[in-house]
Amino acid sequence: MKVVLKDLTKKFPGQGKNAPDVIAVNNFNVEIPDGKLIGLLGPSGCGKSTALNLISGLLSPTAGRIFFGEDDVTDLPPENRGVGLVFQNYALYPHLTVKQNILFPLQNLKGEDKLSKEEMLARAYDAAKLVQIEGLMDRKPKALSGGQQQRVAIARALVKMPRVLLLDEPLSNLDARLRLQTREELKRIQQKTKITTIFVTHDQEEAMSISDMIIVMESGVIQQIGQPQEVYDQPVNMFVAKFLGTPPINMFTGKAQGGRLFIGEDDVLPAPGTPDGGYNIGIRPEGFMPAENGPLCCAFRRIEVMGRDTSVIFSHPAAEADAVRAIISSANKPDGASGKIRFALRPDKVFLFDKTDGKRIAFRAE
Amino acid sequence: MEKHTDYAKIEKQARIRSRVRSTVVHILLSLWAVIVLFPFYWMVLTSVKSYSAYNSEYIPKFFTLSPTLQNYVDAFTAVPLGRYFTNTLVFTLITTLLMLAIITLAAFAFARLEFKGKRLAFTLLLSLMMIPNELVIITNFVTITDLGLRNTFTGLILPSVTSVFYIYLLKENFAQIPDELYYAAKVDGTSDFKYLTKVMIPICSPTMITIVILKVIECWNSYVWPRLITDDENYFLVSNGIQAIRESGFGRENIPAMMAAVVVISVPLIALFLVFRNKIMDGVSRGGTKG
Amino acid sequence: MEKNNAKGWLYLLPAILFLGVFMIYPLIDVFVYSFEEGYNSASQTFFGVGLYNYSYVLHDPYFLQALKNTFLLVIITVPLSTGLALLISTGLSSIKKLRNLFQTVYFLPYVTNTLAVGLVFMILFKKTAYTDGLVNLMINWFGGKSVDFIDGPYWAKMFVLCFYTIWIVMPFKVLILTSALASVDQNYYNAARIDGTSKFRIFTRITLPLISPMIFYLVITGFIGAFKAYSDAVALFGTDLNAAEMNTIVGYIYDMLYGNSGGYPSFASAAAIILFAIVLTITCINLIISKKHVHY
Repeated sequence: MKVVLKDLTKKFPGQGKNAPDVIAVNNFNVEIPDGKLIGLLGPSGCGKSTALNLISGLLSPTAGRIFFGEDDVTDLPPENRGVGLVFQNYALYPHLTVKQNILFPLQNLKGEDKLSKEEMLARAYDAAKLVQIEGLMDRKPKALSGGQQQRVAIARALVKMPRVLLLDEPLSNLDARLRLQTREELKRIQQKTKITTIFVTHDQEEAMSISDMIIVMESGVIQQIGQPQEVYDQPVNMFVAKFLGTPPINMFTGKAQGGRLFIGEDDVLPAPGTPDGGYNIGIRPEGFMPAENGPLCCAFRRIEVMGRDTSVIFSHPAAEADAVRAIISSANKPDGASGKIRFALRPDKVFLFDKTDGKRIAFRAE
Repeated sequence: MEKHTDYAKIEKQARIRSRVRSTVVHILLSLWAVIVLFPFYWMVLTSVKSYSAYNSEYIPKFFTLSPTLQNYVDAFTAVPLGRYFTNTLVFTLITTLLMLAIITLAAFAFARLEFKGKRLAFTLLLSLMMIPNELVIITNFVTITDLGLRNTFTGLILPSVTSVFYIYLLKENFAQIPDELYYAAKVDGTSDFKYLTKVMIPICSPTMITIVILKVIECWNSYVWPRLITDDENYFLVSNGIQAIRESGFGRENIPAMMAAVVVISVPLIALFLVFRNKIMDGVSRGGTKG
Repeated sequence: MEKNNAKGWLYLLPAILFLGVFMIYPLIDVFVYSFEEGYNSASQTFFGVGLYNYSYVLHDPYFLQALKNTFLLVIITVPLSTGLALLISTGLSSIKKLRNLFQTVYFLPYVTNTLAVGLVFMILFKKTAYTDGLVNLMINWFGGKSVDFIDGPYWAKMFVLCFYTIWIVMPFKVLILTSALASVDQNYYNAARIDGTSKFRIFTRITLPLISPMIFYLVITGFIGAFKAYSDAVALFGTDLNAAEMNTIVGYIYDMLYGNSGGYPSFASAAAIILFAIVLTITCINLIISKKHVHY
C-alpha cells in the first residue's frame, strides 16, 4: 500500500497562556512507495512520533491529507485504517497470555470480516511462526524477555494483515546485542510480508542499516528523503550531514578562492566553478588519507585502534571541534613522532555548506 | 470510487457516536453531581428560610424570596453551638499536635535508629493495624470511667493520640530519605534529635501535612467516642452537639435553626477542603477510609 | 551502624505507652470480658467463666435485628456503591474539560460531618404532619404515594439508610478508581483502538482486568466499613436505634456499653468479638476470591 502525505501539519497548543503553538509536524509532503521499509529518522523531539501517530490515526492533523493508496484516510478513525502499530514499550496486555494478546485484534472483527475460532487460531499461529515465538504462546508477557515481547508485539500488529505497519522506536528498549539481531529480524519479516512498514527511530545506524528509504526530519520539517547511502553521500544540508554517520562528520571553516578550496590556510583541493567566499566544510572521517606531502597539515594527538579500524585523533586550527577524528585502514598506520601529520582528502567525502542557511553547495574537485 | 462514499459514512458514524457518548456521559455525571450537591443546597436554603415560612410550606419550595439570618442567631444563642465549636476546636488541636509528636518519634525510631527488638516491634505494630476500634473501645470506656476522666478533655483526647497507620505511613516516608544525609549529619556532629527536626521533618513535611489534615477531618467528625465519654453538654463536640440539638435543642420542629447549625458545622471542613483540595485527595487515596 | 538500644526504645516509648494502654491491653481485656459471666460494672465482680455472654447476645432479638440490618446494608451497599463508583469514574476519565470540577464536587461528602448532613437527609425524606417532605413530593410527581421514610415501614427506612451510606462512601471509591484508571498506560488503549476494539470490549477485557486489584481493595474495605456502620443510622433515626428497628451491630455494642439499655460490657464484648469474627471471615473469603481473579 502506497502512503502519501500531502501538506500534513500538526500544531499543538502551547503550554502556558501566551505561548505560541508548537508545530510538531510542519507541511509534510512524502510519497512512500508500496512494500518498502521506511525509516523516519530524527533527534528526539523532532516530531517523528507525532508524524507516525498522524498516519495511525491516533492524532488528527491540523491541516493536510493522508492517503493510503487512492483512499483519503485523513478523517478515518484508526480502527478503520487497517494499520498495525507496535509501541515503544510494546503495550502488551499484561493479564493476557501471548496467544490471547495475538488473538485480541482478530476477536474485534465484526460483520463479514468475522472469523471462526479455527481461522483465528490458524492466523495467530501463522503470525507467531513468522516472528518465531510459537513456543511461547501460553506465557504471560511478564515471563518474556524484552526481545520476545517485541516479537509478540509485532505478531499482534501483523495478525490482522494491516495495509501499513507502523513501529515506534521498535528497538530502543532492547540491549545493544539484541538490537542488532532484532533489526535483521525486522528486515526479514518485512521482506517476507511485503507490508509497507514505517518505523521511527532516533538511531541513525538503525535506520541506515535496514531501511529501503529514510526520511530525515528536524523540528517538524523534513530535511531529506532518499535511500540511506544516497542521503549519507549527498546530504542536502549541514544538519543531515552532521546527523548521519558514526563517528560524526568533522566540521571546518574554510573558503573558496580563485578556484581553490582552503581549510584555514591550507590549500587542500581544486574547486573550479565554486564561487569565492567563506564556507563551512564537512569532511567524513573516512575522507582523510595520510600522505607525506598531503595539503592538510595537522597537529597529531594520538591513535586509537579499535579492531578493524584505526582512528587518528588530531587537531587543526580551522576545525570547529577541539579534536578531529579520521578513520583509516590499519595497514598504513601513520607515524606521529614528529607531532605533525599530513592528509590528502578524498573529494567525494568533502562537503561545502553555505554559512547562512547551511545548504550544501555543489562542488567538484576537478 | 465506491469505497470513498463508504469511508465518508464511517467517518460520519464515528463522529455521531462519539458525540452521543460524550453527551450521555455528561448527563450522567451531572446527575450524580446534583445528587451530591442537592443536600448541601437544601441545607443552606432551609437555614435561611424563616421558621414560620418553613412550617407553612406543605409543599417545600426550591427557593426563598425573603432570606433571613435569624436562624444563625438562634443557633448560637438558643443552644450552646459556640461551645460545641470551641470544644471541637480544642479537642482537634490538642489531639492532632500530641499525635504528631508521638508518631514522629516512633516513626523516626523505626526508620532511622537501630536497636534490639526493632523488627519484632514493627511486626507487632503492623499486626495492630488489623484491630478494629470497636474491639478496644469497650475496655477504653471502662478504663476512662474508672480513672474518673469522663466529661474531661483528657478522657476525650487520650485514646486517640496514637495511630498505628500514621506511624507506618510516616516511617515509610522517613525511610526514603537517603542514608547519606544521615551519615553526613553524623560526621558534622549533629545529634539524632536535631537531625530529626532539622532534616527529616522538613523533607517529609508534605506527608506530615497530609496526616494532619486527615487527622483534623477525623477529629472534627468523631462521634462515637465523645458520645460514650461525655454526657455533660459542656464537653460536647459538634457531632454530639448536633445530635443533642436534634433530640431536644430548639424544640423538635425548628428545622431551619437546626439546618443553620448544620451549615455552621459543615463550613470549616468544606473550606479546608477547598483550600487543600489536592493535598486532601492525595492523602485520602494514599490511606484514608471514612472513619 | 552502632546499636543504641535504650535510645531507640526511648523514642518509641510514648507510642508504646499509649498503644499498650489503649489498644493492646483492651484487646486482651475484651476477650476476658466476653467470657466473664454476670459481670457487674459497679462492683467489678462476676460469677463464672463461660460462653453465656455469647449465647445471650446470639439470642437477643435486638442483636438479631441488628445483625439482619447490618447484613442487608452490606449486601445492598457494597456492590451498588462499587458499581456506581466504577461507572462514575469511567465517565470521569473519559472527559477532560469539567473533570476537575466534577471530581471536587464528588469528593464533598467525604469532608462532611456524617451526623450533621444526616439531618439534611432526614428532613428530605421525613413525612410529618406539616409536610410530606421533598422526596415524597417528587414521588407524588410521578404518581406515587407518600411514604414516611424515617418513621415508616421497614423497607423505606432501610432504603434511606442504604442511600445515605452510598452517598457517604462514594467519594472514597470514586477517588480510588479514578486514580486507578488514570494510572493505566495510555498505550494499551491506543493499541486497542488501532485494533478496532469496541468501547465495551476495551472496558471488559482491558480496563477491568488492569484495575481489578483496586476494585478488590475497594470491595474488601467496603465490606469492613459497611459492617461497622453506625453513625449514619444515628444521623437518620436518632440514638434510640432499637426502637426504630434500625440498629446495627456496632450500634448494639454501644447500646450494651452505654445508653438506654447500657452497663453490660460483657455483652458488648461478646458482640464485638462476634462482629470481628464475621469481618475476619468475610475478609478472608474476599482475599481468597481475589487471589483467583486478580491478575497480578
